[in-house]
Amino acid sequence: MAEIVAAVPQRVAKRPRLRGVTALLGAVPFFAYVTIFLIIPTLVVVIGAFAGDEGGATLANVKALGDSYILDAFGRSIALSAISALVGAVLGALLAYALATAKPDGVLRRVVTAAAGVLAQFGGVTLAFAFLATIGLSGFLTVWLRDTFSVDIFSGGVWLFELPGLTLVYTYFQIPLMVIVFLPALDGIRPQWREATESLGGTTWQYWTRVAGPLLAPAFLGSTLLLFANSFSAYATAAALVSQGSPLVPLQIRGAITSEVLLGQQNVGKAMALGMVIVVSVVMALYTLLQRRTSKWLG
Amino acid sequence: MAGVIARRARKQRVFRWAVLTVLGVFFLLPLVAMVEFSTRDATTWPALVDWPELSERYPALAEGITASLLQAALTALLMLVLLVPTAVWVRLRLPRLRRLVEFLCLLPLTIPAIVLVVGLAPVYAWVTYFLGGSSLTLVFAYTILVLPYAYRAIDAGLSAIDVKTLAEAARSLGAGWGTVMWRVVLPNIRSAVLSAAFLTVALVLGEFTIASLLNRTNLQVAINLLGKSNATMSVAVSLTALLLAFVLLMLLSLLGGRRRTSAVVAPAPLKEPAA
Repeated sequence: MAEIVAAVPQRVAKRPRLRGVTALLGAVPFFAYVTIFLIIPTLVVVIGAFAGDEGGATLANVKALGDSYILDAFGRSIALSAISALVGAVLGALLAYALATAKPDGVLRRVVTAAAGVLAQFGGVTLAFAFLATIGLSGFLTVWLRDTFSVDIFSGGVWLFELPGLTLVYTYFQIPLMVIVFLPALDGIRPQWREATESLGGTTWQYWTRVAGPLLAPAFLGSTLLLFANSFSAYATAAALVSQGSPLVPLQIRGAITSEVLLGQQNVGKAMALGMVIVVSVVMALYTLLQRRTSKWLG
Repeated sequence: MAGVIARRARKQRVFRWAVLTVLGVFFLLPLVAMVEFSTRDATTWPALVDWPELSERYPALAEGITASLLQAALTALLMLVLLVPTAVWVRLRLPRLRRLVEFLCLLPLTIPAIVLVVGLAPVYAWVTYFLGGSSLTLVFAYTILVLPYAYRAIDAGLSAIDVKTLAEAARSLGAGWGTVMWRVVLPNIRSAVLSAAFLTVALVLGEFTIASLLNRTNLQVAINLLGKSNATMSVAVSLTALLLAFVLLMLLSLLGGRRRTSAVVAPAPLKEPAA
């Protein structure tokens, strides 16, 4: 026994460097794969944003982001994301509160959270067609309203393929996402806090503005930011709905990829892509910060 | 006090049903509309069920369906082969690299698919050069796309068991690393692996951005194309794809519900839903 114990450290100490190397070898396939299909594409975007058509460094692409059509696209993308995030956050929070007050293990809560999980994933082309079938020109609701009440929802122009329509369609996946990310925070609210407020003579209004509101505010804000990033990076839904023009940044990038028409602008698409990454990263960094603050009380 | 609580419970019940009714209508209406829209033409659904006729009348759609199913299966396989051994190995032998691996796996969350496709274009020029332009080559990009969700699922599964002790026990009984992976670790994280695979399949079946911009085909690309010529059929296929995703993710959440102890990931935030 003593022999074995004495022998063990020796054997380990013999080839420490080699052991480290063989251990590293095990992780090589993963790192190689990630390098080729994630790191290199990221570098292509970052470096390409600062490269001219003939190579060489230039700031022309980044300067082109100041062009009015690109600025407009960023403005519209941000407006669409902000509005759909706000609407989704408010309605999603109401739904989450409705669930939080229901029985924790009840059928209602389980069915709705499962459905929210599915609907938050529902997007892209399928969602676009769902809305075309509903409020498209010959959609179910459009036809029904026209035939029954002779109301034309498109009397002011066809808004489905523009920002108002996109906002409505995006809300469809934003609300369920809000339910998923905000429900845990609501569950962290303890009934004792409300009882404590009441035993100290506080009203419902005071409870919500002085106790629950401030506690939930970071979580609500953080979730809203997440929703913003979610719709800001969405492409497929908009691509399937909008076939004319490129009102949003992702659609501008599509234009830059599919038709390299303008000479000297080949890398502008990469600069726009970099712009998107920066916006999403800033939003996600704020989200992480707020998340940390939330977990202090409602973890 | 009891009166106050009862009154509040009643108020909350009224509020609950009001919210659920209004939002329920909003969420169910498009689904009902899809059913109504796709049944306007009586030949749509029979054609969809009849595979030989479908592939004859809509060859692009049939090709897209086959491509998507193969992509989903292959992506799940590649993801597992790449991720499970690495995650286990890093936990056992390279604990210092764990943060790096986690960072890399979660990185795609901050890179929208439309941005990734810009950077992937030159990489795929090489992929096409070596492997050809088959739509199955999309599996490489999809594996990156599902990395955050798959990693979270598998990492949660590994956290729930004591990998180190299990591996040491197996090794001291003479097992090689292959046996440790295949017969010791894998059976213990079965449900995590299953949920990672389900999420992967659901995501791949809904992917559109990368496939369409790299000029390859899959289900969503085919649906989008079909929408231009035959709206009824494309709505019917959309509904079918949606129901399929619904069933998959419902199974996933049931799986998660049954195993409360191992934290199976909630459908993860920040991504273009199924796109």
